[in-house]
Amino acid sequence: MIPERWLNAALTLGLLAVPLWALWADEPFTITLATKVAILALAGVGLNIALGIGGLVSLGHAAFFGVGGYAMGILAHHAQTFQPMIWGLEGTKSMPIIWLTALVSSGLAALAIGALTLRTSGVYFIMITLAFGQMFYYFAISWPAYGGEDGLSIYVRNGFPGLNTLDPIQFFAIAFTALMLALFLHARLKASPFGLALNAARQSPDRVETVGLSPFRLRLLAFVISGAITGLAGALFADLNRFVSPTMFSWQLSGELIVFLLIGGVARLYGPVVGAAVFIFLEHHLGGISEFWQIGLGVLLLLIVLFARGGLIGLVAGEKR
Amino acid sequence: MNPVLETRGITKSFGAVEASRGISLDLRPGEIHALIGPNGAGKSTLIQQIAGKLRPDAGSVHLLGEDVTALGVAERARAGLGRTFQVSALAMEDTVLQNAVLGALGARGGRVPLFRSALRDADLRATAEAALDRVDLLDSADMQTAALSHGQRRQLEVAVALTLKPRAFVMDEPMAGLGAEGSARLTRFLDGLRDEAPILMVEHDMDAVFALADRISVLVYGQLIATGTRDEIRANPDVRAAYLGEDA
Amino acid sequence: MSLILLIEQVLNGLQFGVTLFLMAAGLTLVFGVMGLINLAHGSLFMVGAFAAAAVAGATGSFVLALGAALAAAAAAGALVEVLVIRRLYARDHLDQVLATFALILIFSEGTRWVFGSFPLYLNIPAALSGPISLPGGIEYSTYRLFLIGVGIAVAIGLGLLITRTRLGIQIRAGESDREMIAALGIDISRLYTIVFALGAALAGLAGALVGAIQSVQVGMGEPVLILAFVVIVIGGIGSIKGALVGAVLVGLTDTLGKLLLPGVFALFMPASSAATVGSALASMAIYILMAAVLIWRPTGLFGVRA
Repeated sequence: MIPERWLNAALTLGLLAVPLWALWADEPFTITLATKVAILALAGVGLNIALGIGGLVSLGHAAFFGVGGYAMGILAHHAQTFQPMIWGLEGTKSMPIIWLTALVSSGLAALAIGALTLRTSGVYFIMITLAFGQMFYYFAISWPAYGGEDGLSIYVRNGFPGLNTLDPIQFFAIAFTALMLALFLHARLKASPFGLALNAARQSPDRVETVGLSPFRLRLLAFVISGAITGLAGALFADLNRFVSPTMFSWQLSGELIVFLLIGGVARLYGPVVGAAVFIFLEHHLGGISEFWQIGLGVLLLLIVLFARGGLIGLVAGEKR
Repeated sequence: MNPVLETRGITKSFGAVEASRGISLDLRPGEIHALIGPNGAGKSTLIQQIAGKLRPDAGSVHLLGEDVTALGVAERARAGLGRTFQVSALAMEDTVLQNAVLGALGARGGRVPLFRSALRDADLRATAEAALDRVDLLDSADMQTAALSHGQRRQLEVAVALTLKPRAFVMDEPMAGLGAEGSARLTRFLDGLRDEAPILMVEHDMDAVFALADRISVLVYGQLIATGTRDEIRANPDVRAAYLGEDA
Repeated sequence: MSLILLIEQVLNGLQFGVTLFLMAAGLTLVFGVMGLINLAHGSLFMVGAFAAAAVAGATGSFVLALGAALAAAAAAGALVEVLVIRRLYARDHLDQVLATFALILIFSEGTRWVFGSFPLYLNIPAALSGPISLPGGIEYSTYRLFLIGVGIAVAIGLGLLITRTRLGIQIRAGESDREMIAALGIDISRLYTIVFALGAALAGLAGALVGAIQSVQVGMGEPVLILAFVVIVIGGIGSIKGALVGAVLVGLTDTLGKLLLPGVFALFMPASSAATVGSALASMAIYILMAAVLIWRPTGLFGVRA
């Protein structure tokens, strides 16, 4: 049984070690893979704030991933085609501005969706979040200005002052930093009075109400923060691939995000990191062996749900606390 | 003396079922008022309307003279209404201390900081520990709540509710699930509580009712058929008929 | 825009609604009786479609194909229930979501492994192909009318099953008090397997019927599943009546939305933008309807569980 803190530290070092080794071994593709892990883990950290602390089983978090991605896509598209957007606003290819836009727009999307869906609970909530994800998906497909079903290509990676973002290791550093900041935020939220109350609302909403707090408001705030972080991941993901498409809104992606949490350990701080890493590893290596690797993934997931519910971190670090 | 808590003409139907029929009762300072009645009488429904979980079709609820009928559960809690549940409502996975800190958080008036550490906040901690000390649970502060006995959980629940310094308590079957010793201990505790906050309790445990209640109200089929002291209720022919099903 | 076109689209909306009803009925039964959310329901739709296509391809008989769809889906459902689903009844919804999501992966990729990535085709039987003349001079697809008929028949059949048979009584009892029926000595395991297989059969039937209009391919079930969820949210979990009403509402909203919204926007926008905005909004119309129902009735129009 390894204490969770040590495990987390080891995982951090591992996530750094892989691309640094790849840099030394001149394997830029591996750096890109590691970047993909970091970005997907970031999306998962967002979900984990709502799901892990708050118990909100959102099956539609791809909505925020996609909003963040399209925020980047739209801004960069207008910049690269030199067309202004509405109200004479110009596009931009500056990452900080794009990230801010992604955070705000996906946060707002989460506010709107949350205000509607958090009035329900249980199975209704799950189904409705799934439905809203689909709504974004179909809307993106049918809006031709930004590529519709074919998506939008961004020819050049966006820029960050002082860095060469086309250099794989530097882009990895950006993604890694974002991930670390998000993990730090998750940890602080969890330990804060807000996290305590949100977690209590998951276990006993009656108790939270009768001490004069509103479970709805707590959950809504958690959902907004969660959506914003997943949205930031979406913007980074779109930048990594230099491509945005409606599949960023797909139910498959929403499912994958929850799968990351399951594999790593729901509510565990580094759960999304482990989950994303395992998933990308399986996709890359098993996918190379057989194009039907997802059957194996499905069986693995079933086994974890039925017999190792705490995920990999649960197996290694034991029960929480 | 003005009642601390009052219902006026509470009426509620679920389809064809009239769960509450024009119920008017009150809770006076310093008293323990027990609400008894056969199963299905509508006691839980009434409690939920007093607490704010259900909205009555007609009638009103007043706390300290203010009409709180339009307020929700959280708002009534902040206005001074404490509540315990038949199955103790607590965060079972959390520790005893964490539950108490939750109460302290509520007592601070709904400001829920996002970045400070909850357990290291000296203020919250002090309030929480004082509440635990009051019910002799301070030594168990780091225990998981699920590991407590029924009686201890009930006491924790009351302690958490007390951190908000409620002006009135509504308790749903506080003795439920407690053995003889647990009941006795809780009875003594509630006895000492009445001056701080009067208690309206739904209860089936007649020993506790007759040991504690200053007044008893009897609810049958959604209707309040009698309110009075222990002796008055014992002698009341309508009550006897309702419970024993025959003319006494 | 003519009345004939409108009526045609209304019929299309009803036909779409029928598909959704067949899916939603099974889902809502399983949730109402067993308290389980099943994401793999779309996979059973797909299994039905593939079974039908395979059998129709081998034998040329549409009737055999439908029978195969029912049998294959019911069998797959029963198998999955016994192996996996029954371990989930006591678990929380997150676990059910994760496990049934895993089943989607297994079913989808498994089907792709057996049948390949290219779509299969299921042909409308000759007897049902071609148009049929309806009163008012309307020519409508015979097959689609047949679908509507099947839907009505299933709705009536389900209604009779629930209200007139012993199984129906057990189902209704199970919906209101799960612990009670166990105490009454009813074989819960068997009941649950039967209910699950029944829901699966309905999904498989829907898949086979729709497979003749669209193509039969991996992943065809999930979009329909998600719409079935919308139907249930609108209609209320656990209510067959709600599933029917919800399905018709969703079917009509989608079809009529796509027909009418571009036209509505053309009233005050240039034609090309109206078409764009109209069809984009039409794609969201169902979800806007769902949101509206939610605001008004958070547990759906006929929600059984408050």
